[in-house]
Amino acid sequence: MLNYDLVVVGGGPAGMAAALKANECGVKNIIVLERAETLGGILEQCIHTGFGLHYFGEELSGPEYAAKFIEQVEKTDIVVKTDTMVLDINDENVVTAVNKEDGLLKIQAKAIVLAMGCRERPRGALEISGTRASGIMTAGTAQKYVNLDGFMPGKKVVILGSGDIGLIMARRMTLEGAEVKVVCELMPYSGGLTRNIVQCLDDFGIPLRLSTTVVETHGKDRLEGVTIAQVDEKLQPIESTKEYIECDTLMLSVGLIPENELTKNVGIGIDRITNGAVVDEMRQTDHPGIFACGNVLHVHDLVDYVTLEAQLAGKGAADYILGNADNAPVYVNTTTGNGVRYLVPQRVNINNKDDVKLYFRVGQIYKNAKVVLECDGKIISSKKKVKLAPGEMENVVVPADVLASMTSDSSIVVRVEE
Amino acid sequence: MCYDVAVIGAGVIGALTARELSKYNLKTVLIEATNDVAMGASKANSGIVHAGFDAKPGTLKAQLNVKGCAMMEGLCKKLSVPYKKNGSLVVAFSEDEMHTIKELYDRGIANGVPDLYILNKEELKSIEPNLSDEVYGALDARSAGIVCPYELTIAATENAVVNGVEFVRNFKVSSLEFNDGVFEIRCGDNIINAKYVVNAAGAHSDEISQMIGDNSVELIIRRGEYFILDKAVGNTVSHTIFQCPTKMGKGILVSPTVDGNLLIGPTADDIDDKENTATTAEGLANIKKYAVKSCPSVSTRNAITSFTGLRAHPVNDDFILGPSKICDHFIHASGIESPGLTSAPAIAQYLVDMIIDSIGDVKTNDSFDGSREDVFRFRHATDEERAEAIAKNPAYGRIVCRCETITEGEIIDAIKAPAGARDVDGVKRRTRAGMGRCQGGFCGSKVVEILARELGMNLNDITKFGSDSKILFENTK
Repeated sequence: MLNYDLVVVGGGPAGMAAALKANECGVKNIIVLERAETLGGILEQCIHTGFGLHYFGEELSGPEYAAKFIEQVEKTDIVVKTDTMVLDINDENVVTAVNKEDGLLKIQAKAIVLAMGCRERPRGALEISGTRASGIMTAGTAQKYVNLDGFMPGKKVVILGSGDIGLIMARRMTLEGAEVKVVCELMPYSGGLTRNIVQCLDDFGIPLRLSTTVVETHGKDRLEGVTIAQVDEKLQPIESTKEYIECDTLMLSVGLIPENELTKNVGIGIDRITNGAVVDEMRQTDHPGIFACGNVLHVHDLVDYVTLEAQLAGKGAADYILGNADNAPVYVNTTTGNGVRYLVPQRVNINNKDDVKLYFRVGQIYKNAKVVLECDGKIISSKKKVKLAPGEMENVVVPADVLASMTSDSSIVVRVEE
Repeated sequence: MCYDVAVIGAGVIGALTARELSKYNLKTVLIEATNDVAMGASKANSGIVHAGFDAKPGTLKAQLNVKGCAMMEGLCKKLSVPYKKNGSLVVAFSEDEMHTIKELYDRGIANGVPDLYILNKEELKSIEPNLSDEVYGALDARSAGIVCPYELTIAATENAVVNGVEFVRNFKVSSLEFNDGVFEIRCGDNIINAKYVVNAAGAHSDEISQMIGDNSVELIIRRGEYFILDKAVGNTVSHTIFQCPTKMGKGILVSPTVDGNLLIGPTADDIDDKENTATTAEGLANIKKYAVKSCPSVSTRNAITSFTGLRAHPVNDDFILGPSKICDHFIHASGIESPGLTSAPAIAQYLVDMIIDSIGDVKTNDSFDGSREDVFRFRHATDEERAEAIAKNPAYGRIVCRCETITEGEIIDAIKAPAGARDVDGVKRRTRAGMGRCQGGFCGSKVVEILARELGMNLNDITKFGSDSKILFENTK
């Protein structure tokens, strides 16, 4: 059995930022376990720019953003094991992992940061009928083939789902000479960032069809075409709008699911909306000493926010390890009001001395609406927003002085007012 | 070179027949049209080992089902194939259906099915609490089980090859002639000669028969659609749950699989196109409708995939086994619909006994070893076994498929095995890499890399399932 003060599961942007923060706060004995061959996580295949505008104030590619953190990690005593898969975490904070060199690793941790990221929703979950030809893949898989392996996964492409990876891949495939025929989105709005719709679709003349889905795939060996159809208010396909589109590739960008199998095995409480752990303002789960951050906690729109969140988790883990954590926290749950799908964190320790930023997403598009924070029946803030969209993460700050005036019976509600 | 026997079709029937033939001093070849074994009905069926109360007494189906059911557990143990005797329940939803249950019970007794019981509602709900409250009772068949049909086919082929059978893939028979006691089997310009032919070509066995002028095999292609649900709901029921049968078959079942998922389906639609393994919106909707009748909690929100299987339903409603009337060296193994998988071990024995009788003086193969060594499965191993395996072969320390916890070592084993994997789906069926909840989103590209490396091929030559199912085109700019 090995002993580490902090075990970080995942060496993507979240894991690295958490480990660096904990190190900076004085934790000496840190190990990062990463399943890929290198640190950096999914950023390594995101060769487009747009990363770091908020955190670094400059526009970087994914690998460049990751490199800044990898360089910092290399300058510290943080132990990194790549090509290493975590198999299990038990409720006494023992982490079991495996790799080629060490075989099975058992590590007793004082604290653990979960930073496993998320996966893409596959076809099976969608109930698209038709053949099981090759050429149907998630946008992320296609991105890996193009950007890391250097091969074209298709030439005539239909994309289902307007998540950011799908939008990015529409542009990428076009630049590589493929014909992207259409991007279909089931909902009446896109799940991606507005800037990606403009820069990846509009600039290349790629049509985005809202309230439209793929109902059937055709082709015995390689995909030969898909049938698309518009959907009604109940999201059911409208028979009369069916249309055949010839294509050899169907890319899916239909949602991301936090990878919480390890989390669930420990018995940690999961938020049914985010599919991530229920956490407090330091991103500590309901299991003492286990923290979660990044896309494993909730799917972020920008990596910059992942970094900021991971730093909170790193600080929280450091406080826990060094004995600086509050031993008698008083928690108040955060409550979603009208239009707000979820809030992270789900609970706040009111003994906390700092402002607490609550992150959330809305359930539909709002124009000129107000984001209202109400604590104990009093409106604390009411901010007008020109546009609120499900694709963009929003936040609202609960000021420290408001928290200081609260009791265990207090309430924190965020809602949208039209 | 002339083989003694050529088995056409490497489904479960062909594979087990080839293995059975390898018990004798015969030169046997197993011929497969596609890039892998188990590519037809054998990869897409319910995986149920039926007790044997469905078929009419006196039919081949009845006789071979009960016999095959009794053989299956021992065979699976020998071949290291996952099998579980979980028992099946035919559930009645009305007093009227209880009469059907009684009929099935009587038929089962007549067919020689052991361990049959009729349960009332309380008894039924106490063993399967997630069944609908609308149930009246059930037929409890304790000899029934579940098996992984493609693993059985893969294992039988491997074992046949180890015992001297030659396996030839991508040999789609284009013509078949019998002259001077020898068959000339052609795939374009490639020729295989053999003294006997076993026609185990599944849905295409009528076409193969017609090549020698035998038009007696009449098949109706019946499509069955299924959902596979996530392991999170795999324990909804422990038995295989049937509803009362109709003229189209045994209806929609709800069953655990040997891998821990939940299977719901199949539909039953007669279609014309033998290649049409597409799923349909109507079919998938019907599965949901009927599955919730048995188990109200079943939801396709937990679906990880859906698929279609084609069964070759014989118009005379019984297996077609035995020599052709046109040519007694041409042995039919046709019309193998349910309970074909269950009957397969018995069918193989039945056919081979017939061939041996026909040839006459055949010596047994003294070096035959019917056991297949268990393949290393990281996910089933203890920590000690894992550590030991990685020490011997570090590739067992590298997880490739994270959803199902499949290592690089297991994938290499699957490629290097006798009659091993040549494409992504072949790796999937042998290892489960890509069968989990992400459906190969993460590991698919890694499997392509490993296949290319181990087979000495380019990445863009690797296919999903052979023929034109290519995955990658040319290099990027």
